[in-house]
Amino acid sequence: MSCHREGLDLDVRVPGRLTAALGTGPGEVVAVIGPNGAGKSTLLSAVAGLLPVAGRITVDGRDWNAPPLPVRERGVGLVPQDRSLFPHLSALENVAFGLRARGARPGPARARAQEWLDRLGVGDLGRRRPHELSGGQAQRVALARALVTDPAVLLLDEPFAGLDVGVATSLRIALAEHLASYPGVTLLVTHDALDALTLADRVVVLDGGEVAQTGTPREVAARPRTEHVARLVGLNVVADRDVRRSFPPSAVTVSLTRPEGSARLTWRGRVAGTTPHGDALRLLVVTDAGPELLADVTPAAAVDLGLTAGREVWLTVKATATTTDTMRP
Amino acid sequence: MTSASTPSRAPSLGRPPLLLLLPGSLGAALLVVPLVALVLDTPWSDLGTQLADPAVRDALWLSALTSALTVGLCVLLGTPLAWLLARVEFPGRRLLRGLVAVPLVLPPVVAGVALVAALGRNGLVGAPLLAATGWTIPYTTAAVVLAHTFVSLPFFVLSVEGALRTAGERFDVVAATLGADRWTTFRRVTLPSALPGLAAGCVLAWARSLGEFGATITFAGNFPGTTQTMPSLIYTTLQADPAAARTLSMLLLVVSIGVLVGLRRRWLGTP
Repeated sequence: MSCHREGLDLDVRVPGRLTAALGTGPGEVVAVIGPNGAGKSTLLSAVAGLLPVAGRITVDGRDWNAPPLPVRERGVGLVPQDRSLFPHLSALENVAFGLRARGARPGPARARAQEWLDRLGVGDLGRRRPHELSGGQAQRVALARALVTDPAVLLLDEPFAGLDVGVATSLRIALAEHLASYPGVTLLVTHDALDALTLADRVVVLDGGEVAQTGTPREVAARPRTEHVARLVGLNVVADRDVRRSFPPSAVTVSLTRPEGSARLTWRGRVAGTTPHGDALRLLVVTDAGPELLADVTPAAAVDLGLTAGREVWLTVKATATTTDTMRP
Repeated sequence: MTSASTPSRAPSLGRPPLLLLLPGSLGAALLVVPLVALVLDTPWSDLGTQLADPAVRDALWLSALTSALTVGLCVLLGTPLAWLLARVEFPGRRLLRGLVAVPLVLPPVVAGVALVAALGRNGLVGAPLLAATGWTIPYTTAAVVLAHTFVSLPFFVLSVEGALRTAGERFDVVAATLGADRWTTFRRVTLPSALPGLAAGCVLAWARSLGEFGATITFAGNFPGTTQTMPSLIYTTLQADPAAARTLSMLLLVVSIGVLVGLRRRWLGTP
């Protein structure tokens, strides 16, 4: 499409669902994370032009929202969560569809489609119908279909959802390769911290329809500002007066009686659940003060203290073991 | 011994209560007995003579022709209508959908009277049409097709609209992001994914058309060669020669079931 890439700069409002501002350079991959209902899919729909929005969506210097550009005139490549491959068309025809719709002759369109299937490692599956493809293969075909039209913005909605771990890993590697050479902007909605950390240049955290945090994956992982992200990266995060403290579950001490000593942060709560985590046992504790905290204990300690669900415990963490961060105004 | 080694029946929830068993059996009998009676009572030896009768041949041909034209009209007009109802937001859409379904519950004779009111010589559309072109529709083969289409179209539209709604808009959305306009999307994505619903709609419309009697005889009359379809012929014959009417009915039954089975194999892929 356009060869002049300037990236994506948006400031949009969907009443009752999303208020978000975001600026990214060309070629950047932005991971959009947040709990269900945070507005992730709404953000993708807004960029694709699938719902009415107020504000500005500037792509490569052109505002897609003034006046709202029809979906088909925006250069977006959409890979929905269910992939939505056209069921009656072969994999090859699915990929060629966008080129044909834009006026390419059948022959050249098929040739380019085949090229993209080859690039994504599914070149030998071109004649199959979508129902004859596995989840990972279908996702590769859907990616090829979105990328073949050279979109200015690539929208990926949970591309690894519902795939086996091994399949997801090889697909993640293939995707990382293509995103590295892709000149457009990628918005990647994900539930997985690994996706954000391995694929993204920037992370946008949505919470309750607003941007809660933006930064590099490293910054966001080290200093999560929302409980959701803290859970994703396996950290505890608590608000303590005007600072936000984050600390790993391994820094938490568990005891059955109120601990002595100063310079400590202390909570009382009840064990809500336990899961194995490496060599340790990870407790989820619902504290009386509100936040749910994670604490790692050795299996032996768990037996000694009788740490089963419903048990009342005290949690402490040294202030020096926490990372503090001033709250947003 | 045998009952222990081979499970003879699924674990029972108890005997079916008589209060359900009796009326259920009676209902089944009501549906099956007339068909059995028709088969047993048909003078099969007459079939050859009946088929040789020009009046029967005319009626058979006319029924085949009008039901085929009806299905064609349903596809041409009903598919776009179903698409509009399923995909486009417009004021009065719910009202229109309700109106489209009305012929389903309308007594066919009333449908015929309504068609006369609209397309008769003095009708709302019929009078200006007569003045402008000199054409009259009632009592022609075209009237038969229009009457059939009037009663069959709702079956077709609702079937296709259901299929379009089930397929959902997600494919349309992806097609739009890939640069397809709505016509291309309809042609290459929406329509192919709704084909099973379209096929089912065709079968329903065809079956409704083949059996249509009330609206046809009211609006188009019962003239051999131009408007006398098989049901009209059977009705006429029944008064003079009940045995012949039974043979003709049997013929219609066999043709309907034959075509239904044939289409089922071809369209739905089930043996």
